[in-house]
Amino acid sequence: MSFIALSLALIFVLIPLVLSKTLKLDLEKDTTIATVRSIIQLFIVGYILKFVFSTESYLYITLMILLMIGAAVQNARKKGAAIQGITWKLIATFIFVELLTQSILLGFGITPRTAQYIIPISGMVIGNSMVLSILFLNRFTAEVEARREETELILSLGGTPRQAIHSSLINAIKASTIPTIESQKTIGLVQLPGMMSGQIIAGADPVQAVQFQLLILFLLLTTATITSTMLGFLSYPALFNKRMQMIRYPHNGS
Amino acid sequence: MSAYDQPIIEFRNVSYSDGKQQIIKQVSGIFPEGKITTLVGPSGAGKTTLFRLCNGLISPDTGDILIHQKPIELYNPIELRRNIGLALQSATMIHGTVLENLSLPLALRGETLSKVQAAELLQVVGLEEDLLHRNVRDLSGGQRQKVSIARTFVNRPKVLLLDEITSSLDRVSQQEIEQLILSINKKYGTSIVWITHNLEQAISIGDYSWVMMAGELIESGKSEILRHPREEKVQRFVKGDIK
Repeated sequence: MSFIALSLALIFVLIPLVLSKTLKLDLEKDTTIATVRSIIQLFIVGYILKFVFSTESYLYITLMILLMIGAAVQNARKKGAAIQGITWKLIATFIFVELLTQSILLGFGITPRTAQYIIPISGMVIGNSMVLSILFLNRFTAEVEARREETELILSLGGTPRQAIHSSLINAIKASTIPTIESQKTIGLVQLPGMMSGQIIAGADPVQAVQFQLLILFLLLTTATITSTMLGFLSYPALFNKRMQMIRYPHNGS
Repeated sequence: MSAYDQPIIEFRNVSYSDGKQQIIKQVSGIFPEGKITTLVGPSGAGKTTLFRLCNGLISPDTGDILIHQKPIELYNPIELRRNIGLALQSATMIHGTVLENLSLPLALRGETLSKVQAAELLQVVGLEEDLLHRNVRDLSGGQRQKVSIARTFVNRPKVLLLDEITSSLDRVSQQEIEQLILSINKKYGTSIVWITHNLEQAISIGDYSWVMMAGELIESGKSEILRHPREEKVQRFVKGDIK
């Protein structure tokens, strides 16, 4: 695609801007910021990737992955601010998911050991892991709040924190992974996945594009379940102290 | 309180704050072993918080709580909570049947409650065996309270802390639960501490009574003190001037 063609694509930014102005949606500023940021960020990434691909250095590949993990942690940790040490729990989760998936992919020779494969797949895995952790943390904190009485009941009867939080934990793990599973059921029927579409547009054989897309889908299933489960089991102990009491205990003052 | 009444729970200058306000202020006193102590006071007196302290769900900021003369923090929290049973006014249930709720305390230890044991428990609290498979959603307020007491009783606690368990019930259910608590106390020697807003109930059921106000223990002694309180504040509360 030429730069002139890309410039023409800005028409698709102009349309929402005009609509926003006409209907007084007050979205012009956000739309402009989003457009400018996406142009700058993607071009920076594009040139960095070009450089890393040309060097094929594992050091640069590792640095790229660490950068992705850093950005993902920064995004997700706000959702788990109530959980002590959430930053380290997220770092551990993302690193584990990345190591596990890449070990399987590279260990079994499913994908070549080149930056061209490692970096984009890592991006998808870490990005998905980040979304899952946000979904999980949102749901988990809501579940803990909603089931406080039940949690307290189990503790008061001599249950362990793990037993007391069990329902909240399982519900949050299930709720956060269900969208990944559900979206796979209709994939291809409603819309073509982004990566597959990209490959087809770039001239790849559609069947090969499907093969890669399937690989990514299976990968994302593992990513989703591992992220929620690992983050859940790392997070729940932070809600209790050594005396097996819930931290931030609600009190009714009666 | 008589010298021969051994305390099962003793408070020594206990204070607790939730971070915003002081809920328990320098409370010192005892709950005697094997007796029924009734705990009265206006709302916001800190009565429920005192129960949570006893059950180990929260810890005091200052002061000591002794269970059988041993500081509470020396007990394993799980053992402590099994021995100091807590039944709340809300009678929170887990989703499922009466049997599943009654089985909960044993399930937490990896044990199972037989149907015979469950039926016996229902009998103790005056409920019919055919309720075992009923969903807890379909229970009346009185039945829920009885199931809640039975469930707490599965652990055979040495102390039963009952928080306003009859406040939302009709007179008949109230009397049934009063009889039930008296019989548990007599038959099993369980020490009972009962928060109630019903002064007549506090006098007729209790051996001893505590009157708490704004986080302080104002007066305690034989339940008869509620008929002729010494403290002026308690006199006003008994008359109904303080809600």
